Amino acid sequence: MTTTAVPATDLGFLLHKHPDRVQEFDRSFGTATVFYPESGEERCTAALLLEVDPIALVRSRGKNSPDFSLSQYVNDRPYAASSLLAVALGDVFRTARAGRCKARPELPGRPMPLEIRLPALPCRGGPELAVRLFEPLGWAVEARAVPLDEGFPEWGDSRYVRLTLSGTVRLADALNHLYVLLPVLDDGKHYWIAPDEVDKLVRAGEGWLYGHPERGLIMRRYLGRRWALARTALARLAELGDETEEQLEPAVDEDAAAGETAADEAAAAEAEAQGEAPEVKPKALNVRRREAVLETLEELGATSVLDLGCGQGELVGALLARPRFARVAGMDVSAMALTIAARKLRLDRMPDSKRARLTLFQGALTYTDKRLSGYDAAVLMEVIEHVDPPRLAALELVVFGHARPQHVLVTTPNIEYNPRYEFLTGLRHRDHRFEWSRAEFAAWASRVAGDYGYQVTFKPVGDDDPEVGPPTQMGVFTR
Amino acid sequence: MISVPELSLVVLVGVSGSGKSTFAAKHFKPTQVISSDFCRGLVADDENDQSATPAAFDLLHHIVGVRLARGLFTVVDATNVQYAARRSLIELAKKHDVLADAIVLDTPEEVAIERNAGRPNRDFGPGVVIRQRKDLRRSLGKISRDGFRKVHVLRGLEAIENAELSYEKAWTDKRELTGPFDVIGDIHGCRSELETLLGSLGWQIERVEGKAVTARHPAGRTAVFVGDLVDRGPDTPGVLRLVMGMVAAGTAICVAGNHEAKLVRALNGRKVTVAHGLQESLDQLAAEPPEFVERARTFMEGLISHYRLDGGRLVVAHAGLKEAYHGRASGRVRSFALYGDTTGETDEYGLPVRYPWAEEYRGRAMVVYGHTPTIKAEWVNNTICLDTGCVFGGTMTALRYPERELVSVPAEQVWYESVKPLGGGPARDPGMLDIGDVQGTRHIETRFGTRVKVMEENAAAALEIMSRFAVDPRWLVYLPPTMAPPETSTLDGYLEHPHEAFEEFAAAGVTEVVCEEKHMGSRAVAVLARTPEVAAARFGVTDGSAGAVYTRTGRPFFDDMAPLVDRLRAACEPLWAELGSDWVALDCELLPWSAKAGELIRSQYASVGAAARAALPEAMSVLEAAAGRGLDVGGLLARTRRRTDNAALFRDAYARYCWPVDGLEGVRVAPFQILACEGRATALEPHVWHLAKLALLDSPLITPTRHLFVSLDSPDSRAGAVEWWSSLTAAGGEGMVVKPAQYVAGRVQPGVKVRGREYLRIIYGPDYTESLDVLRRRFLGKKRSMALREYALGLEALSRLAEGDAGWRVHEPVFGVLALESEPVDPRL
Repeated sequence: MTTTAVPATDLGFLLHKHPDRVQEFDRSFGTATVFYPESGEERCTAALLLEVDPIALVRSRGKNSPDFSLSQYVNDRPYAASSLLAVALGDVFRTARAGRCKARPELPGRPMPLEIRLPALPCRGGPELAVRLFEPLGWAVEARAVPLDEGFPEWGDSRYVRLTLSGTVRLADALNHLYVLLPVLDDGKHYWIAPDEVDKLVRAGEGWLYGHPERGLIMRRYLGRRWALARTALARLAELGDETEEQLEPAVDEDAAAGETAADEAAAAEAEAQGEAPEVKPKALNVRRREAVLETLEELGATSVLDLGCGQGELVGALLARPRFARVAGMDVSAMALTIAARKLRLDRMPDSKRARLTLFQGALTYTDKRLSGYDAAVLMEVIEHVDPPRLAALELVVFGHARPQHVLVTTPNIEYNPRYEFLTGLRHRDHRFEWSRAEFAAWASRVAGDYGYQVTFKPVGDDDPEVGPPTQMGVFTR
Repeated sequence: MISVPELSLVVLVGVSGSGKSTFAAKHFKPTQVISSDFCRGLVADDENDQSATPAAFDLLHHIVGVRLARGLFTVVDATNVQYAARRSLIELAKKHDVLADAIVLDTPEEVAIERNAGRPNRDFGPGVVIRQRKDLRRSLGKISRDGFRKVHVLRGLEAIENAELSYEKAWTDKRELTGPFDVIGDIHGCRSELETLLGSLGWQIERVEGKAVTARHPAGRTAVFVGDLVDRGPDTPGVLRLVMGMVAAGTAICVAGNHEAKLVRALNGRKVTVAHGLQESLDQLAAEPPEFVERARTFMEGLISHYRLDGGRLVVAHAGLKEAYHGRASGRVRSFALYGDTTGETDEYGLPVRYPWAEEYRGRAMVVYGHTPTIKAEWVNNTICLDTGCVFGGTMTALRYPERELVSVPAEQVWYESVKPLGGGPARDPGMLDIGDVQGTRHIETRFGTRVKVMEENAAAALEIMSRFAVDPRWLVYLPPTMAPPETSTLDGYLEHPHEAFEEFAAAGVTEVVCEEKHMGSRAVAVLARTPEVAAARFGVTDGSAGAVYTRTGRPFFDDMAPLVDRLRAACEPLWAELGSDWVALDCELLPWSAKAGELIRSQYASVGAAARAALPEAMSVLEAAAGRGLDVGGLLARTRRRTDNAALFRDAYARYCWPVDGLEGVRVAPFQILACEGRATALEPHVWHLAKLALLDSPLITPTRHLFVSLDSPDSRAGAVEWWSSLTAAGGEGMVVKPAQYVAGRVQPGVKVRGREYLRIIYGPDYTESLDVLRRRFLGKKRSMALREYALGLEALSRLAEGDAGWRVHEPVFGVLALESEPVDPRL
């Protein structure tokens, strides 16, 4: 951090760190050192160097936290300007952040010319996001992406940005900007942020966060971090298969998932900023599909319903809200989805009479399962497209052959409708193994109905486009 | 002398002040005695608060119930002078299938009144005792009809004072018998086959007038008959004669079967429906002298429902027994043991539908039984049914315990027509798996010395991966086990070194090992059929595919596997004739690492490198500037310089295993073991065999595995291998795997990996060489234990596959490997 204010050495007073000394601060995850590579009347630079000890970092999480993945040990924390740097900066410059200076009480109130350099800033959302976050705060921003590996130019850029901020800003504000925005840009998943840190960070945003045009995104990323659950077992299996945990993320309802990833967030925020409505109206289709399913179940007179692939329990919740559904069961393959469903449905404070109607359990559609028997209707809402085509036969046998409910409702995307989504390339979700045209779905459904003694009818869900049909198609099977 | 069963509920009966608590304190452990006063105190803070009595008894019943469920001897200290109080305790005992005894303390009224008067908080006057006394007197006349096994009445102070107590063992308790045993399945009058079976087990039969009357085993083994000696077959009296002789001679024990129970009722003159071969027994016995029939009747009538043997590790019952019933005594326990758990329905042959209790069995004890004829005896959750339908023309089967070997002899002929074809357990689609095969806590039997426990939460994680990503389970016949490193090296600069690997195997008695280079690609299992027709016939896969290549988590390599499968099948052409098999399963490494792990390398390894290369030079430059000003940053500067060098080495370490591929161009496969082929789990072959066979593959797709055999007795041979390893790793190699040259049974690691110093940077981090002393404190125990368990599961899966076992039987251990892999263990090992 360099200032060209005259005298530049005022920086030492403001930071409460003497320019001719080298000061070390021990933290549980490593050591922070403050020193001044230059200190003159015209120009003074303070450096904060954080040496992270990755071994200490793992230990500092407590001896009860189990080993789970290599990313605990081999990670960018020792090099990157991550949330850990923000924590160190927050501690080391606490007084400066508060805008106090006993020796020179008039100094903190004055904006001063500053240049701040961060050689490796982890930045999910790319250099543009760094610009969007810092520019509104009065900084001239130079953000250059760091290439991933010069030896493999085809790999493109890394998630790191070499960031230079210049502007005339009060030092306390500058420090608080970094303290809050570094973790926002870092957006790391598992990285050791205690819940109370979040509150501290929000306090640090006083005076500038509220008016920030990106405050939605800033807040969302904080909240998102708090939701992060330990997914140790899955992370281990991901590495075992030479994959990243993200590649194995559970299939959440893709429409409800808008805003889950940084890229989506950035896109959505961008659309909002430019005063455009987002091109896909995700919530609407999501809700309409659920309503279509509920309506059909009521028409069929079903009183016990099994939601296969219940995800986070949206449909299960809606079923429970209607007393005519006397027994409601939700099954999902993801133990984590079920945990979230239980939380969202507030299982722990559900009245007994309602709780007695509900069963949630883990299961998989490729294994026969006694627990699936005995329901009037089973719902496969946006599920079959997550099953590899060679494994569909097993699903058919499990649902139509063994569980054999009176009715089966199947919804799946209509691929013909995809061109109507302006920015969509490829399938609608990374985990979709296929999407079918109306003819393909009809052919599959009719064949399954024939094989297992069901009749099938079809219903459109969402606006039925005269040319390409509805966004979602539903098959209603009855035996 | 008062004698009570070892596992029972003892109910003390007596008025207030009769001395029950004193009696209990004298004869039982304090934890065994649950008193109503104590419970009243717990729920009311006042032992005499009569308004708390209902709540106190709720608690008392709960505590007693929990103790009985856990199999603990329990005494109830309450007045119990009223029938209703005793009744509810008897019901509680029944609910937990234990016997109940009553001990009545008949203390003179005036003594009880005087004792109460002497106690400060029992000043309720003589009326209470007089009323209780009246209840007791009314009870005494008919207490023997309450339902107690025995009622012990102690009349007067002297009898109470001098009472002595002893414990009776349960009839079912033969835990002191440790075998070895030969457990023999249903016989049904097939005397000749029984003699043959005993002969093939090494028994010597004694004959009187040509008739087998007893038998003994020269090695002192004990025979255990699972019941159903009689009915249907040609010589029920002959079987009874031999078995009774063996039991009398102490060389055998026998539990009751349902056919014995019914035959006894018929012989006792009770009205029974004569069916299921009872007529044959009655006719054959009619030809025997009456004394023999009477002896047989007495013998059969005295048979008990089940035995616990060998310290409780073995349970034998005719129709099996769920864990909650082991060692218990009640009508329903006997009924379960004789008839099994039935659903109340009957099948299309009019036979009762049996509830598959064994599929839910999770007990520690092995349960061996008969009753339900099946084609082949099969292990289900540590239970096995030995009824292989001899009388119906099947076989007669024995289980050697503890060896767990099955020995069968074929029927000489069909002696009796079965109304229903012999089943192979519950019918199911051969390709279809049930959630019950994989979910929950499971114990998987292997023939490689271990029974592997899979925890519920690990199975849950595996279920998600398996069902969302894995290839068709019919192809998923194996997943590779994890491999541990050797003990940590103490050599300067090294965490791992071949020396410790050689020492470990030498200590285990291995004389020769093979060192195979590690390829540093992605582990791949290839299952290849010669043609799609072979795939359909052998694996039941009918979609036209002829193989699969999948990762350590069962996920297919590449979205379209067919091109790789086809090229591998072509490359494996020489193996078909060589192995005499139309299919083969290979353990391989697929290169380059980046082909599959591209996303992982970019997001995890390359990112770290990029951050380091961006940050460290900048840090160096400001530190140098600060040093130039005369600030004392020397230590930090030197450290940062070393870290900069380490970051460059780290980058080189991963970059070595990356090269661009275009489709299959550039992809290599390095097979190093032939896992299985038709009829053979070849994974058990010595490594020299594998390497020789695989050397026959000559294709640009195939990369050979460089290797070196090492004689551990020879220092020169060892030194050569160390040199080989040093040169491999100096050239950037991952390292090598050291394996015993041939299969070793027991707790010897099947292989250990010795990784190179530079390669370890991508495991322990770029700067690991700076903190070797800390890192040397690593704990290998769990990793090594996991490696052994997973290895046993893998071999078990291959053995089941080679034997042509049902799909779900192969899937079970494969799923187990994936589940174990989700257990937390230091991922750097």
